[in-house]
Amino acid sequence: MNRFLIPIAAFGLLVIVLAVGVDRAPEKSVIKSVLIGRPAPAYVLPDLMAPQPFDVRSMAGRWYALNVWGTWCVECRAEHQTLLDIQKQGEVPMIGLNWRDEDALATEWLQRLGNPYAHVPLDREGRTAIDYGVYGAPETFLIDARGTIVHKHVGALTLEVWERDFRSRLPPDARRGV
Amino acid sequence: MRALMLVVGLLCCALAHAVDPIELPDPVLQERYRELSHELRCMQCQNQSIADSPVSLAGDLRRQVRELLVAGKSDDEVRDYMRERYGAFILFRPAFSWQTAWLWLAPGLLLVLGGIVAWRVLRAGAARVATDPEPVEADDERSRS
Amino acid sequence: MIPEIGLFTCILALLMAVAQAFFGIAGTALGRTGWYAAVPTAAVAQFTFVSIALGCLVYAFVQNDFSVQYVADNSNSALPLMYRVSAVWGAHEGSLLLWVWILSAWTLAVVVFSRALPQRFSARVLGVLGTVSLGFYLFTLATSNPFLRLSPAAPDGRDLNPLLQDPALAIHPPMLYAGYVGFAVAFAFACAAMLEGRLDQTWARWTRPWTTVAWAFLSVGIALGSWWAYYELGWGGYWFWDPVENASFMPWLVGTALIHSLAVTEKRGLFKSWTLLLAILAFSLSLLGTFLVRSGVLVSVHSFAADPTRGIFILAFLVIMIGGALTLYAWRAPLLKSNAGFELTSREAFLLVNNVLLIVAAATVFAGTMAPLISDALNLGTLSVGTQYFNPTFLLPILPLLALVSIGSHSAWRRGRLSEKRGMLLTTLAFAVLFAVALVLGAYSGARVLTPIGIALGIWIVIAALVDPVQRLRRRMSISGGVLGMAVAHAALGLFVLSITIVETYTRERDIAMAVGDTATVGEYEYRFLSIAPIEGPNYDGVRGEIAVFRDDKQIALLRPEKRQYWVQRSVMTEAGIDMQWNRDLFAALGEDLGAGRWSVRAQVRPMVSYVWIAAALMALGGLIAALDRRYRVPAAARESDKVAPAGVGPSTAGAVAAAE
Repeated sequence: MNRFLIPIAAFGLLVIVLAVGVDRAPEKSVIKSVLIGRPAPAYVLPDLMAPQPFDVRSMAGRWYALNVWGTWCVECRAEHQTLLDIQKQGEVPMIGLNWRDEDALATEWLQRLGNPYAHVPLDREGRTAIDYGVYGAPETFLIDARGTIVHKHVGALTLEVWERDFRSRLPPDARRGV
Repeated sequence: MRALMLVVGLLCCALAHAVDPIELPDPVLQERYRELSHELRCMQCQNQSIADSPVSLAGDLRRQVRELLVAGKSDDEVRDYMRERYGAFILFRPAFSWQTAWLWLAPGLLLVLGGIVAWRVLRAGAARVATDPEPVEADDERSRS
Repeated sequence: MIPEIGLFTCILALLMAVAQAFFGIAGTALGRTGWYAAVPTAAVAQFTFVSIALGCLVYAFVQNDFSVQYVADNSNSALPLMYRVSAVWGAHEGSLLLWVWILSAWTLAVVVFSRALPQRFSARVLGVLGTVSLGFYLFTLATSNPFLRLSPAAPDGRDLNPLLQDPALAIHPPMLYAGYVGFAVAFAFACAAMLEGRLDQTWARWTRPWTTVAWAFLSVGIALGSWWAYYELGWGGYWFWDPVENASFMPWLVGTALIHSLAVTEKRGLFKSWTLLLAILAFSLSLLGTFLVRSGVLVSVHSFAADPTRGIFILAFLVIMIGGALTLYAWRAPLLKSNAGFELTSREAFLLVNNVLLIVAAATVFAGTMAPLISDALNLGTLSVGTQYFNPTFLLPILPLLALVSIGSHSAWRRGRLSEKRGMLLTTLAFAVLFAVALVLGAYSGARVLTPIGIALGIWIVIAALVDPVQRLRRRMSISGGVLGMAVAHAALGLFVLSITIVETYTRERDIAMAVGDTATVGEYEYRFLSIAPIEGPNYDGVRGEIAVFRDDKQIALLRPEKRQYWVQRSVMTEAGIDMQWNRDLFAALGEDLGAGRWSVRAQVRPMVSYVWIAAALMALGGLIAALDRRYRVPAAARESDKVAPAGVGPSTAGAVAAAE
């Protein structure tokens, strides 16, 4: 009699696994970043907004957000207003890593739509994006004063996400009670 | 169903396929490059390897593999490089660690388990031959069809 | 109006399924003849209503009714008629309606072809089928209604995804579903036997043809998908161990084991509980596959709007159907005993090992497919599994299986008597090995360890499979459907092994940047890029290249790869240019426009690749031939008189009895 119960017992285990899977399904749409808790990779890239190159080490000592974008990216257009709003709050500087794009197009875009960035490093060949494990624009990282990646969001940023996942992680002195 | 899913999986990509016109001059390196490109998942079109995916990210990753190989890195070092940035998900072959041990050992264990089950049934069947009341069939054709 | 009729008839079909299920199961349990006599009528009514429903949806597509949400999402006025029809099953909601219609069609087939069955038993079978239908109607109506209206109506549709605008992919889902869903019939037969508390050789004889035909459809469905991937996706590959592919392959593996187990149960009354379990398992895997690809649970389909509601619904349905069946199994299976014996080299023994190996293979694919899910659920981290895992682990049980096929198919029932066949088997094996070695040494370089093994096994299986029918033909003996079907299917398996080995070993591939006028050498062929020009189609525009292929300075083929951009969805599709000959495919596909008149081109030479799909089609054909064996069609009364011949009669009379069966 015992061995005839094995199939249903095995099925029961499977159902548990599947139930957990369904429960967690919405989170599955995003691959978790392995860089969380690790130092943000260093880079020196030409800056669209300045004649001299931008070295990310100059951000040491400050919390900042790194937004990966491109003029070819539809979702980036959708989140642009949110980025401008965040910049208006003035709490955290935003670096806009321009991924695999054309300088002229990027300049025109920022002039036309507004520029939320403090710096715009140009990753023309995509090497820096690879170092950051970027796989689909837009992506936004939150990096702390010691240069450690604290959080990553994949997809268009909304104020709700910014509040919940980014601002909530800022230390009190970085926030200005908005 | 499968069509739907294939569609969906590729929805994020331009539906062209990848063709990578760069060939490394050294045939040994070229072969390693091809093998590795098929082992790495395109993170944007997650059902394709970077060898087959048409998106620019795949091209960038392939370029990275080429540069690492030309710089003398071993296959494992290339895999580690990718894994450090994208996680285990980028590799199609799960590395053997205590977390994946069950997966790699499963086929062998299943085979052993199957063998044990088969052996027991075979022995029981053979034991019953002596007491089997059925007459032995003389006709060759009947017993073989 | 029409969509509302569709919805209404769908609800009516649900009600008929409820009646079918209730009167079938309760009626037989309570012994109410009047109730279960009504079940076939309910089944026919269900088929009528769901056919009307499906017809309404097809009509909405053909008439470009963009006031229906589903049509607006998946069609377009510029879409050619054929694809407007196939768009019906191009997305989740419509494909579910197709699923349930095919189940209804199988149910109708059971009604029509089961007049020889005892009424009570067939009512049980139909009752179980009704329960499955009922679940799917509820699912469709509650979460996946294809008849929802869009208000205001869209001016035009979002077009069918260009990937699906292809003839092979248009019939691939119906074929696949005909297979998947067909296993529900075997499942229903198994449940009916368990409810009845009786399972004998007659039951196996009834169940076998249904299972074999479903298996044949599934084989064709999988092969179509693989072939489509090969010529449409533009990278020349044909199997990726993708979770969606595995979801159709696992039922196929278990279905193959089921057909073979049914053979033993029919012939000798053995392995009854195994056959029962396999029948439950095959359909369970079909249902599991449905769950996996529609619930958002597997990462590879993450871009699908992961709808947990749908996932929970299917999971609940799974628990009820499969949990119910397995409970019945735990209750009834212990009562199934057989007294027949068989020796270690008997056909029963070989079939047992065959089935064990197939199940191990299916379990291995299952482990790899479910690994990301299991790893995540147990918090062991993210796991990613692909070809590099599946290829070696799948071959582990399959290679021994392939080695045993030739021997096992010649062993006799009960006693084996392999010594009689030893000469033939050794000769054919020797021939196969010699041929393999000759081929490997003579062909161009690149052979790997598995190459001669694969070639030898493939050839051996083909020859060994054909020995018996050829002998019978020469002796002018009749060949039953069962014997012929088995020979064809096994020979096809050998051909499959042979062609895959050759394709995987000897394919030559190059990716090159070419401008018009450039030449590239691929293997022993020369690809010359002749021209590239713009083209326009019914709902796309693009470019078409012309690449001539030369061998020894003689032009032997002209390939016309295209790159299309579809107007509505703006997606870019590759159409490979393929020259198919009996011994090889010449393949060219356009990559990117590199500017300055240069294009990246993928050029491949793939020897024997067409035989991969020809073999699959032949395997399905073998199954159909076997299912058409006379013994399934001769009514029970006529068969009884055949059995009158007493035991101890001489060989010629016994032979006559055998022939009459």
